[in-house]
Amino acid sequence: MQSSLSLSLSSSSSIVTRSDRKVLQGNTFFAGKCSITPRSLRFCGLRSEVYGLQYSNSARLVAASLNRRHLKKVSAALSDNGTPSKFDYDLVIIGAGVGGHGAALHAVEKGLKTAIIEGDVIGGTCVNRGCVPSKALLAVSGRMRELQNEHHMKAFGLQVAAAGYDRQAVSDHANNLASKIRSNLTNSLKALGVDILTGAGTVVGPQKVKYGTDNVITARDIIIATGSVPFVPKGIEVDGKTVITSDHALKLEFVPDWIAIVGSGYIGLEFSDVYTALGSEVTFVEALDQLMPGFDPEIGKLAQRVLINPRKIDYHTGVFASKITPAKDGKPVTIELIDAKTKEPKGTLEVDAALIATGRAPYTSGLGLENINVETQRGFVPVDERMRVIDTNGKSVPHLYCIGDANGKMMLAHAASAQGISVVEQVCGKDHVLNHSSIPAACFTHPEISMVGLTEPQAREKAEKEGFEVSVAKTSFKANTKALAENEGEGLAKLIYRPDNGEILGVHIFGLHAADLIHEASNAIAMGTRIQDLKFAVHAHPTLSEVLDELFKSAKVKADVSSPVGEPVAA
Amino acid sequence: MASLLQSRVPSFSSSSGIQWRPSAVFSSIPRRRIFTVQAKIREIFMPALSSTMTEGKIVSWIKSEGDVLSKGESVVVVESDKADMDVETFYDGILAAIVVGEGEVAPVGAPIGLLAETENEIAEAKAKAKAKSAGSSSQSAPPPAASPPPPPPPAVAAAPPPPAAKVADGPTKIVATPYAKKLAKQHKVDINSLVGTGNFGRITPADIEAAAGIPPKKSAPVASVTTVAAAAAPKASATTFPEIPGSTVVPFTTMQSAVSKNMVESLSVPTFRVGYPVATDALDALYEKVKPKGVTMTALLAKAAAMALAQHPVVNSTCKDGKSFTYNSSINIAVAVAINGGLITPVLQDADKLDLYLLSQKWKELVEKARAKQLQPHEYNSGTFTLSNLGMFGVDKFDAILPPGQGAIMAVGASKPTVVADADGFFSVKSKMLVNVTADHRIIYGADLAAFLQTFSKIVENPESLTM
Repeated sequence: MQSSLSLSLSSSSSIVTRSDRKVLQGNTFFAGKCSITPRSLRFCGLRSEVYGLQYSNSARLVAASLNRRHLKKVSAALSDNGTPSKFDYDLVIIGAGVGGHGAALHAVEKGLKTAIIEGDVIGGTCVNRGCVPSKALLAVSGRMRELQNEHHMKAFGLQVAAAGYDRQAVSDHANNLASKIRSNLTNSLKALGVDILTGAGTVVGPQKVKYGTDNVITARDIIIATGSVPFVPKGIEVDGKTVITSDHALKLEFVPDWIAIVGSGYIGLEFSDVYTALGSEVTFVEALDQLMPGFDPEIGKLAQRVLINPRKIDYHTGVFASKITPAKDGKPVTIELIDAKTKEPKGTLEVDAALIATGRAPYTSGLGLENINVETQRGFVPVDERMRVIDTNGKSVPHLYCIGDANGKMMLAHAASAQGISVVEQVCGKDHVLNHSSIPAACFTHPEISMVGLTEPQAREKAEKEGFEVSVAKTSFKANTKALAENEGEGLAKLIYRPDNGEILGVHIFGLHAADLIHEASNAIAMGTRIQDLKFAVHAHPTLSEVLDELFKSAKVKADVSSPVGEPVAA
Repeated sequence: MASLLQSRVPSFSSSSGIQWRPSAVFSSIPRRRIFTVQAKIREIFMPALSSTMTEGKIVSWIKSEGDVLSKGESVVVVESDKADMDVETFYDGILAAIVVGEGEVAPVGAPIGLLAETENEIAEAKAKAKAKSAGSSSQSAPPPAASPPPPPPPAVAAAPPPPAAKVADGPTKIVATPYAKKLAKQHKVDINSLVGTGNFGRITPADIEAAAGIPPKKSAPVASVTTVAAAAAPKASATTFPEIPGSTVVPFTTMQSAVSKNMVESLSVPTFRVGYPVATDALDALYEKVKPKGVTMTALLAKAAAMALAQHPVVNSTCKDGKSFTYNSSINIAVAVAINGGLITPVLQDADKLDLYLLSQKWKELVEKARAKQLQPHEYNSGTFTLSNLGMFGVDKFDAILPPGQGAIMAVGASKPTVVADADGFFSVKSKMLVNVTADHRIIYGADLAAFLQTFSKIVENPESLTM
């Protein structure tokens, strides 16, 4: 082990020092981690019931056996795919989701000989069963909503006959989009000369990975990027027809008259948008006391007023679905509710379908972590702030990293990708720590919700602890020309900042194209740009981006402009 | 003018100037409104706080009953679809009664409270408020609801609830969909007094609307396999028919709804009909011959129609957009079949290409599947031409409605012995059946249909070709 370290390239020295560095004790590390990530955890709808779950790894096994026939390498390495060393590869990534893909691309750019192992389909959850197909359904639901909104259409002077839809065609749109993105992803990997190894990947020892049944390869560095699967609390029987998870719902095999959605996080919220637009009535079952936990309370309240109250939706909060039985023998789906605190029965729901959107569980079983003395925590692979995997002794395992949903730091596709890039930077000898507070998140309802950084209560808590002042600025979409032209004046942008130095602590947007608007704020946080400087940035008129322009301008910062506005470089 | 006012409103002289300000406007509309406002009790209405607001929720009453209000004061906080807003009073007076309490929802324009001018009127206002809240569901309903016998007024809930309560042993047993609950709250319909007509006895939004006496609105985005752009459903439901006591209402089954929908849709197609007598002696003879081999009359007729269609492709075409002919690549004969309480049209695909025996076999399978309700969509909706035969019931001629998406439908009557005179003037008795074809005149003209029928008649009269 040590010899291999000393033998490897110049980057090894930094790795040695890193592993020598004192690592936090396991328990304190987790305490620390929890305080860093609660927002993201709750945002993803993962709650305490994640404890003690059992994963079925049947999916992995099935996928592996299906793919056994194609164990050959999918693509041959191109000549520029890194320099050969005593290892088969410089970098092997287990899991070809968005995180693994992002890491692979960056690794090739850095000249590493890279392979990616996938036991299922390229693209992972995001592309095949998550963000991508759901956006296709939401695109449909947005248009349906518009066409059905007679008042809205009339305000434009438009007349539209009754809008209808063809379920199969909607479903095909989602599937086609997924397969298109999947092939784009596959082609980009092949074009760069990344070896795609088919089969389930297992870590068999330090710097050694097995894929498929008996192919063992060595790699200087290994990244685990196995992602997550829908989390189904116990007592719930998923039959894939009337009791479903997001995996099934995205296929849109039927549109029930009445569907219960268990969990009102962003997955549940997006599906409620889709189902109500297609004519279903929706009942939310939420374990916490209010809907949409994890969102800024003010944004949540407004979102509830727009996304829940006027729609055909009702909800039960503070209750668990203790038992869900699929429809059969002419009986509807039954959901037994119990009080989340007292565990007393709170009645039964009888609905046509139930969607389980209680969050996602890491997909890490069968990874062979026991071979290198690593124990998962509630299924998550423990890592430090540099994504280095931590073993049971609290020491980081050399050359082994874990990114994305599998480490649970921030369960978002783009976060996984960013973590992957950060790891590749480190592997190449450049220390890099990803700033998670600059990673934006979005919920693609109509209108959209987006956020970056802290919520107001989180910011106030932090301010109290660290002794600084917090201010809040707000602007409405009602004052924005472009939003009014679109007859979409409903919306709010909220800025949480430090008035003393102009630091942005968090930005939350609810309104038209909020998901696209957030990046100005997230980039500013990532670059450390202060509000007093942002005020001078020019926005095209009339655009929705002026909502943020207005927001920054309405902030009252005591500090002066930190750097003079640059002189134009070219005349 | 003034005297008129005075005679109607005796207290005119005592009332304050502000109160009667509208009378200064010389327009008949506000004047009339004044007459209907009784004495000096005013209603506080649910205001429209935004252009999209249809109902509002009372967040809180800032004032309570008995408080003295002056013009411009905030009285109540209303939550609209957009925001919480304070609502001010336009008049001085005393808040006599709150009609819609905190947390309740009222449609825009519905009275939410009563304002009395003096203390003397408070009692009167209270009585009025009581009447209001009792009958507020009918009050808030749109105007036409008044004239016809308001079906089951939810106020008379006395009779229905006991059985409902008995059935529901637990408080959670009554199942209403989320939107139904919302509507019930809005229109003050007691859910417990209703019997649901939805799946599993659920109370649906339609049940609530029926109970509240609201004409059903165009149902939201109902759609499934229906890609056909439903030509804005005609407002047939606008007329209400007097209800005959004791009648039972049986909702359509899915199949019946589909039939109903198709029939209404067919009204948008300009059709015409052409009849033709066809001699069937030769066909009957052939039928006797092939019957033991399992060939049915339906198969024979379908085959004959298909062969005729092969020579007249226009009759097999479809007009999809009102601008073009769509010539179908295959000849698929749909045959109408009555199935316990419904009607379905299994399709014999490529009827011109299959031989008679295969066709008969196929038909047998389709009918079995139809009885078992196992037909796949392509097995009943891919027809390009429909055949409907009522001959077996002795019907001599009838007229069929053209199903949407097809160019023509053939209605076949019974074959009957008929006295005919031939060219030489000799009388003879021949079996003849009357065939009547309904077609879409946008694409199929009279001569086309006549030529098609002529061909069909020739095939039937010389049926040997059918067996080839």
